[in-house]
Amino acid sequence: MLTLHCPYCDVQTDETELTPGGEAHLTRHGPGSDDDAFHDYLFSRANPRGVHFERWRHGYGCGKWFLAARDTRTLEVFGTYEAQTTEPPDHILAAIRDKRPGWTRAS
Amino acid sequence: MSEALATPVTALGGAQFDGLVSVREMPAQGMISLRGDLAMPPLKNAATGVAGVDMPAQRAAECEGARGLLWMAPDELLVLCPYDETAEAVASMDKLLYSYHALVTDVSDARAMFELRGGGLRDVLAKLTPADMSVAVLPPGELRRSRLAQVPAAFWLRSETAAQVICFRSVARYVFDLLKTAAQPGSAVGFH
Repeated sequence: MLTLHCPYCDVQTDETELTPGGEAHLTRHGPGSDDDAFHDYLFSRANPRGVHFERWRHGYGCGKWFLAARDTRTLEVFGTYEAQTTEPPDHILAAIRDKRPGWTRAS
Repeated sequence: MSEALATPVTALGGAQFDGLVSVREMPAQGMISLRGDLAMPPLKNAATGVAGVDMPAQRAAECEGARGLLWMAPDELLVLCPYDETAEAVASMDKLLYSYHALVTDVSDARAMFELRGGGLRDVLAKLTPADMSVAVLPPGELRRSRLAQVPAAFWLRSETAAQVICFRSVARYVFDLLKTAAQPGSAVGFH
Protein backbone atom coordinates (compact mmCIF):
# COMPACT_ATOMS: atom_id res chain seq x y z
CA MET A 1 0.00 0.00 0.00
CA LEU A 2 1.22 3.44 -0.91
CA THR A 3 0.71 6.26 1.58
CA LEU A 4 1.47 9.79 0.42
CA HIS A 5 1.50 13.05 2.35
CA CYS A 6 -0.78 15.73 0.92
CA PRO A 7 1.18 18.98 1.15
CA TYR A 8 -2.01 21.04 1.05
CA CYS A 9 -3.93 19.26 3.83
CA ASP A 10 -0.82 18.10 5.72
CA VAL A 11 -2.28 14.61 6.20
CA GLN A 12 -1.18 11.13 5.25
CA THR A 13 -3.42 9.89 2.46
CA ASP A 14 -3.97 6.38 1.26
CA GLU A 15 -3.41 5.52 -2.39
CA THR A 16 -7.13 4.80 -2.76
CA GLU A 17 -7.97 8.39 -1.77
CA LEU A 18 -5.80 9.70 -4.57
CA THR A 19 -6.04 9.89 -8.33
CA PRO A 20 -2.85 9.03 -10.21
CA GLY A 21 -1.70 11.58 -12.76
CA GLY A 22 1.29 9.92 -14.36
CA GLU A 23 4.81 11.23 -14.74
CA ALA A 24 5.67 14.65 -13.34
CA HIS A 25 7.83 17.44 -14.71
CA LEU A 26 6.90 16.96 -18.36
CA THR A 27 7.76 19.72 -20.79
CA ARG A 28 4.86 20.60 -23.00
CA HIS A 29 5.51 20.58 -26.73
CA GLY A 30 2.51 22.19 -28.35
CA PRO A 31 1.94 24.38 -31.40
CA GLY A 32 5.17 25.21 -33.17
CA SER A 33 7.06 22.10 -32.09
CA ASP A 34 8.00 19.39 -34.56
CA ASP A 35 6.08 16.13 -34.88
CA ASP A 36 8.64 14.01 -33.02
CA ALA A 37 8.68 16.32 -30.01
CA PHE A 38 4.88 16.44 -29.96
CA HIS A 39 4.67 12.65 -30.27
CA ASP A 40 7.07 12.17 -27.36
CA TYR A 41 5.22 14.73 -25.26
CA LEU A 42 1.96 12.84 -25.84
CA PHE A 43 3.08 9.25 -25.63
CA SER A 44 6.62 8.73 -24.33
CA ARG A 45 6.82 8.26 -20.60
CA ALA A 46 9.59 7.16 -18.32
CA ASN A 47 8.85 3.86 -16.61
CA PRO A 48 11.80 3.40 -14.29
CA ARG A 49 12.39 0.60 -11.87
CA GLY A 50 13.46 2.79 -8.99
CA VAL A 51 13.25 6.50 -8.30
CA HIS A 52 10.33 8.14 -10.07
CA PHE A 53 8.53 11.51 -9.98
CA GLU A 54 4.76 11.41 -10.24
CA ARG A 55 1.67 13.59 -10.18
CA TRP A 56 -1.11 12.71 -7.78
CA ARG A 57 -4.41 14.39 -7.01
CA HIS A 58 -6.01 14.35 -3.58
CA GLY A 59 -9.32 13.45 -5.19
CA TYR A 60 -11.23 12.31 -2.11
CA GLY A 61 -9.91 15.28 -0.12
CA CYS A 62 -8.95 18.82 -1.01
CA GLY A 63 -8.89 18.08 -4.75
CA LYS A 64 -5.42 19.56 -5.27
CA TRP A 65 -2.66 18.15 -7.44
CA PHE A 66 0.70 17.50 -5.85
CA LEU A 67 3.92 15.80 -6.88
CA ALA A 68 5.63 12.84 -5.27
CA ALA A 69 9.08 11.28 -5.48
CA ARG A 70 9.05 7.57 -4.74
CA ASP A 71 10.70 4.29 -5.56
CA THR A 72 8.54 2.20 -7.89
CA ARG A 73 10.22 -1.01 -6.73
CA THR A 74 10.04 -0.63 -2.94
CA LEU A 75 7.19 1.94 -2.72
CA GLU A 76 9.48 4.00 -0.50
CA VAL A 77 8.36 7.63 -0.60
CA PHE A 78 11.12 10.25 -0.59
CA GLY A 79 8.77 13.17 -0.30
CA THR A 80 5.83 15.05 -1.76
CA TYR A 81 5.71 18.68 -2.83
CA GLU A 82 3.39 21.23 -4.37
CA ALA A 83 2.44 20.95 -8.01
CA GLN A 84 3.55 24.51 -8.81
CA THR A 85 7.12 23.25 -9.12
CA THR A 86 8.80 22.80 -12.48
CA GLU A 87 11.80 20.87 -11.15
CA PRO A 88 12.16 18.63 -8.08
CA PRO A 89 13.11 20.88 -5.13
CA ASP A 90 16.50 20.51 -3.49
CA HIS A 91 15.27 18.94 -0.26
CA ILE A 92 13.58 16.17 -2.25
CA LEU A 93 16.72 15.54 -4.30
CA ALA A 94 18.77 15.51 -1.09
CA ALA A 95 16.38 12.97 0.46
CA ILE A 96 16.72 10.72 -2.58
CA ARG A 97 20.53 10.96 -2.66
CA ASP A 98 20.60 10.22 1.04
CA LYS A 99 18.73 6.92 0.51
CA ARG A 100 20.11 6.09 -2.96
CA PRO A 101 23.77 7.19 -3.07
CA GLY A 102 24.97 7.64 -6.60
CA TRP A 103 21.50 8.20 -8.03
CA THR A 104 21.29 10.74 -10.81
CA ARG A 105 18.18 12.12 -12.41
CA ALA A 106 17.69 10.98 -15.99
CA SER A 107 16.86 13.93 -18.22
CA MET B 1 -35.24 29.76 -2.82
CA SER B 2 -36.71 31.34 0.30
CA GLU B 3 -40.29 30.75 -0.84
CA ALA B 4 -39.59 27.10 -1.63
CA LEU B 5 -41.24 24.11 0.04
CA ALA B 6 -42.36 24.73 3.57
CA THR B 7 -40.88 21.55 5.03
CA PRO B 8 -37.44 20.39 3.91
CA VAL B 9 -37.30 16.67 3.17
CA THR B 10 -34.09 14.87 4.04
CA ALA B 11 -32.82 11.96 1.98
CA LEU B 12 -33.84 9.23 4.43
CA GLY B 13 -36.48 10.94 6.51
CA GLY B 14 -34.37 10.84 9.67
CA ALA B 15 -33.44 7.15 9.56
CA GLN B 16 -32.01 5.69 12.76
CA PHE B 17 -30.08 2.60 13.78
CA ASP B 18 -28.81 1.43 17.15
CA GLY B 19 -25.84 -0.88 17.30
CA LEU B 20 -22.25 -0.51 18.46
CA VAL B 21 -22.97 3.16 17.95
CA SER B 22 -26.23 4.85 17.18
CA VAL B 23 -26.53 6.20 13.65
CA ARG B 24 -29.02 8.96 12.93
CA GLU B 25 -29.70 10.97 9.84
CA MET B 26 -29.65 14.57 10.97
CA PRO B 27 -32.37 17.08 10.13
CA ALA B 28 -31.91 19.35 7.11
CA GLN B 29 -28.79 21.44 7.55
CA GLY B 30 -27.89 24.64 5.74
CA MET B 31 -24.57 24.16 3.96
CA ILE B 32 -22.86 26.81 1.87
CA SER B 33 -19.73 26.07 -0.08
CA LEU B 34 -17.41 29.08 0.03
CA ARG B 35 -14.36 29.14 -2.20
CA GLY B 36 -11.69 31.79 -2.42
CA ASP B 37 -8.55 33.01 -0.69
CA LEU B 38 -9.17 32.07 2.95
CA ALA B 39 -6.71 34.72 4.13
CA MET B 40 -8.73 37.50 2.51
CA PRO B 41 -10.45 39.68 5.20
CA PRO B 42 -13.77 40.14 3.31
CA LEU B 43 -14.04 36.37 2.91
CA LYS B 44 -13.25 35.81 6.57
CA ASN B 45 -15.87 38.38 7.55
CA ALA B 46 -18.48 36.81 5.27
CA ALA B 47 -17.84 33.34 6.68
CA THR B 48 -17.62 34.21 10.36
CA GLY B 49 -20.52 36.65 10.08
CA VAL B 50 -22.88 33.88 8.96
CA ALA B 51 -21.46 31.07 11.08
CA GLY B 52 -20.77 33.03 14.25
CA VAL B 53 -17.65 30.97 15.01
CA ASP B 54 -13.93 31.65 14.52
CA MET B 55 -12.18 30.99 11.22
CA PRO B 56 -11.08 27.35 11.31
CA ALA B 57 -7.40 26.49 11.22
CA GLN B 58 -6.19 23.95 8.67
CA ARG B 59 -8.47 20.85 8.76
CA ALA B 60 -10.46 22.22 11.70
CA ALA B 61 -14.21 21.95 12.23
CA GLU B 62 -15.43 24.92 14.25
CA CYS B 63 -19.02 24.18 15.20
CA GLU B 64 -21.62 25.46 17.57
CA GLY B 65 -25.04 23.90 17.28
CA ALA B 66 -26.30 24.16 13.72
CA ARG B 67 -23.66 26.77 12.86
CA GLY B 68 -20.07 26.19 11.97
CA LEU B 69 -17.18 26.48 9.59
CA LEU B 70 -15.46 23.42 8.16
CA TRP B 71 -12.03 23.65 6.53
CA MET B 72 -12.42 21.62 3.32
CA ALA B 73 -9.34 22.64 1.31
CA PRO B 74 -6.77 25.48 1.31
CA ASP B 75 -9.28 27.55 -0.69
CA GLU B 76 -12.60 26.12 0.45
CA LEU B 77 -14.82 26.32 3.52
CA LEU B 78 -18.15 24.70 4.18
CA VAL B 79 -20.34 27.16 6.06
CA LEU B 80 -23.02 25.57 8.24
CA CYS B 81 -26.12 27.47 9.27
CA PRO B 82 -29.76 26.64 10.11
CA TYR B 83 -31.50 25.34 6.99
CA ASP B 84 -34.13 28.05 6.77
CA GLU B 85 -31.52 30.82 6.99
CA THR B 86 -29.51 29.55 4.03
CA ALA B 87 -30.93 31.79 1.32
CA GLU B 88 -30.49 34.84 3.49
CA ALA B 89 -26.94 33.83 4.39
CA VAL B 90 -26.00 33.27 0.74
CA ALA B 91 -27.40 36.69 -0.14
CA SER B 92 -25.47 38.44 2.61
CA MET B 93 -22.22 36.66 1.69
CA ASP B 94 -22.71 37.41 -1.99
CA LYS B 95 -23.15 41.05 -1.14
CA LEU B 96 -19.95 41.16 0.94
CA LEU B 97 -17.94 39.31 -1.71
CA TYR B 98 -19.46 40.92 -4.77
CA SER B 99 -16.26 42.61 -5.92
CA TYR B 100 -13.88 39.83 -4.88
CA HIS B 101 -12.77 36.57 -6.48
CA ALA B 102 -14.87 34.18 -4.44
CA LEU B 103 -17.66 31.70 -4.98
CA VAL B 104 -20.70 31.16 -2.74
CA THR B 105 -22.95 28.18 -3.45
CA ASP B 106 -25.89 26.77 -1.51
CA VAL B 107 -25.29 23.01 -1.39
CA SER B 108 -27.73 22.19 1.44
CA ASP B 109 -29.95 19.99 -0.70
CA ALA B 110 -27.02 18.21 -2.30
CA ARG B 111 -25.75 16.72 0.95
CA ALA B 112 -26.84 14.37 3.70
CA MET B 113 -25.53 14.42 7.24
CA PHE B 114 -25.37 11.66 9.84
CA GLU B 115 -24.60 11.65 13.51
CA LEU B 116 -22.84 8.77 15.23
CA ARG B 117 -23.02 8.44 18.98
CA GLY B 118 -21.38 5.89 21.20
CA GLY B 119 -18.07 4.64 22.47
CA GLY B 120 -16.77 2.70 19.50
CA LEU B 121 -17.21 5.23 16.75
CA ARG B 122 -13.52 5.41 15.81
CA ASP B 123 -13.61 1.68 15.08
CA VAL B 124 -16.89 1.90 13.19
CA LEU B 125 -15.51 4.61 10.89
CA ALA B 126 -12.16 2.86 10.58
CA LYS B 127 -13.92 -0.15 9.06
CA LEU B 128 -15.05 2.05 6.18
CA THR B 129 -12.29 4.56 5.58
CA PRO B 130 -8.56 4.35 4.88
CA ALA B 131 -8.02 7.47 7.03
CA ASP B 132 -6.06 7.04 10.25
CA MET B 133 -8.72 7.22 12.98
CA SER B 134 -6.32 7.32 15.94
CA VAL B 135 -6.72 10.07 18.52
CA ALA B 136 -3.27 11.40 17.73
CA VAL B 137 -4.02 11.91 14.03
CA LEU B 138 -7.71 12.82 14.19
CA PRO B 139 -8.44 14.55 17.49
CA PRO B 140 -11.95 15.82 18.16
CA GLY B 141 -12.64 19.01 16.24
CA GLU B 142 -10.56 18.01 13.24
CA LEU B 143 -12.24 17.35 9.91
CA ARG B 144 -11.15 14.57 7.61
CA ARG B 145 -12.25 14.36 4.00
CA SER B 146 -11.85 10.84 2.79
CA ARG B 147 -14.01 8.02 1.55
CA LEU B 148 -16.43 5.62 3.20
CA ALA B 149 -16.14 2.40 1.21
CA GLN B 150 -16.71 3.62 -2.35
CA VAL B 151 -17.98 7.17 -1.90
CA PRO B 152 -16.49 10.49 -0.73
CA ALA B 153 -17.39 11.67 2.76
CA ALA B 154 -16.23 14.19 5.32
CA PHE B 155 -16.36 13.47 9.01
CA TRP B 156 -15.25 14.90 12.30
CA LEU B 157 -15.52 13.97 15.94
CA ARG B 158 -17.28 16.46 18.17
CA SER B 159 -16.10 14.43 21.14
CA GLU B 160 -14.89 10.87 21.71
CA THR B 161 -18.53 9.71 21.70
CA ALA B 162 -20.09 11.85 18.99
CA ALA B 163 -19.19 12.24 15.34
CA GLN B 164 -20.75 13.78 12.27
CA VAL B 165 -20.55 12.50 8.71
CA ILE B 166 -21.40 14.48 5.57
CA CYS B 167 -21.86 12.80 2.21
CA PHE B 168 -23.59 13.48 -1.09
CA ARG B 169 -27.36 13.18 -0.86
CA SER B 170 -27.45 10.78 -3.79
CA VAL B 171 -25.47 8.22 -1.77
CA ALA B 172 -27.20 8.83 1.56
CA ARG B 173 -28.85 5.38 1.61
CA TYR B 174 -25.58 3.71 0.70
CA VAL B 175 -23.68 5.52 3.47
CA PHE B 176 -26.41 4.84 6.04
CA ASP B 177 -26.36 1.14 5.17
CA LEU B 178 -22.58 1.09 5.40
CA LEU B 179 -22.63 2.69 8.83
CA LYS B 180 -25.35 0.27 9.90
CA THR B 181 -23.30 -2.70 8.80
CA ALA B 182 -20.13 -1.39 10.42
CA ALA B 183 -22.04 -0.81 13.67
CA GLN B 184 -23.66 -4.28 13.69
CA PRO B 185 -23.87 -5.57 17.29
CA GLY B 186 -21.23 -8.23 17.91
CA SER B 187 -18.80 -6.79 15.38
CA ALA B 188 -16.74 -4.71 17.80
CA VAL B 189 -13.05 -4.54 16.95
CA GLY B 190 -11.65 -2.87 20.05
CA PHE B 191 -8.67 -1.42 18.18
CA HIS B 192 -8.99 2.27 18.91
